[in-house]
Amino acid sequence: MSKFKKKKSGDLPAISTASLPDIVFMLLFFFMVATVMRENTLMIQNDLPYADQVEKLQKKDLVMYVYAGKPSARYQRQYGTEARVQLNDKFADVSDIKQFIIEERESKREELKSKLTTSLKVDGETNMGLVSDIKYELRRAEAYRINYTTRKGDAAQNMQ
Amino acid sequence: MAKRSAPEVNAGSMADIAFLLLIFFLVTTTIETDAGLNRKLPPIQEEPQDPPPLKKKNIFQVLINQQNDLLVEEKEMELSDLRQAAIDFLDNGGQGCEYCQGKGDPASSDNPNKAVILLENTRETDYSMYIAIQNELVAAYNFLRNREANRLFGMSFTEMEANFNDAQYNGNKELLEDRIGTIRDMFPLKLSEAEPKESK
Repeated sequence: MSKFKKKKSGDLPAISTASLPDIVFMLLFFFMVATVMRENTLMIQNDLPYADQVEKLQKKDLVMYVYAGKPSARYQRQYGTEARVQLNDKFADVSDIKQFIIEERESKREELKSKLTTSLKVDGETNMGLVSDIKYELRRAEAYRINYTTRKGDAAQNMQ
Repeated sequence: MAKRSAPEVNAGSMADIAFLLLIFFLVTTTIETDAGLNRKLPPIQEEPQDPPPLKKKNIFQVLINQQNDLLVEEKEMELSDLRQAAIDFLDNGGQGCEYCQGKGDPASSDNPNKAVILLENTRETDYSMYIAIQNELVAAYNFLRNREANRLFGMSFTEMEANFNDAQYNGNKELLEDRIGTIRDMFPLKLSEAEPKESK
């Protein structure tokens, strides 16, 4: 009997966690390489629609971002549920877009000014009325190159 | 002196440090969506000019109402059929188009240079629907441009454009630009958007 007892009383060997840091570092490096720092804190819902005929935006520093959508849940009490425009970190009025574009353009070098693109990051549920107003303001600011930023996927997914 | 072994450094907290860094990066970064549909807006015209005369058969009218229903050439249509309808219209080749492969229907467009797609939407239309329509229309153009590019140069148009924009591409970029221009002239993107209507 004592033979069997002796076997049972043996402690479980501790699992070596020596390689855990390596695994975590591997994940860390993956995320450091594959992602970029957040530039703006979004105050709106921003579920972009899907499209599959997309082209990549070329130079990151030559892109101006205009966001639009419903205020996200924690801002709804203050700002309501009507879709709004966000520029940089603040809610803005449609009429502020022209000034924003002009300021962005001034901060770029002369020879690059004609290559500036405006990226419209608009929530899929937004009405076209707001988008048309934004586009009209962009035309007033002479920012004619735009990009409807989308997620890659089948366009039929937009209908759901 | 007796050989003294260096005391082993305890690496148990290394994982914690790495986790801390990992979580920091997870929170402060995003995987950017940096692709989309490129468009060029028309300049604002101070005085309304007379529109150039267009034959009605050269206009492909696409209407979207506030319920996101699609009306193409005065007929209701599903989104999935729009791409083929646009291809048929652009590629019809009624007259003056040697490379078109359409039916040559006299009631449809003369040639891709004259064919205009007119997109109209209301202010209540959803943005996602609008993007879906734009996507299908761009797809129609891309399909035709790819076909011609494959026939003439043995390379699809989207591939040519991707190479042209790729800084590491080491082919002849001038030739490529020339070819892209040729294809663009064969099927120029003529997509006109009307000011959205107030729905009644």
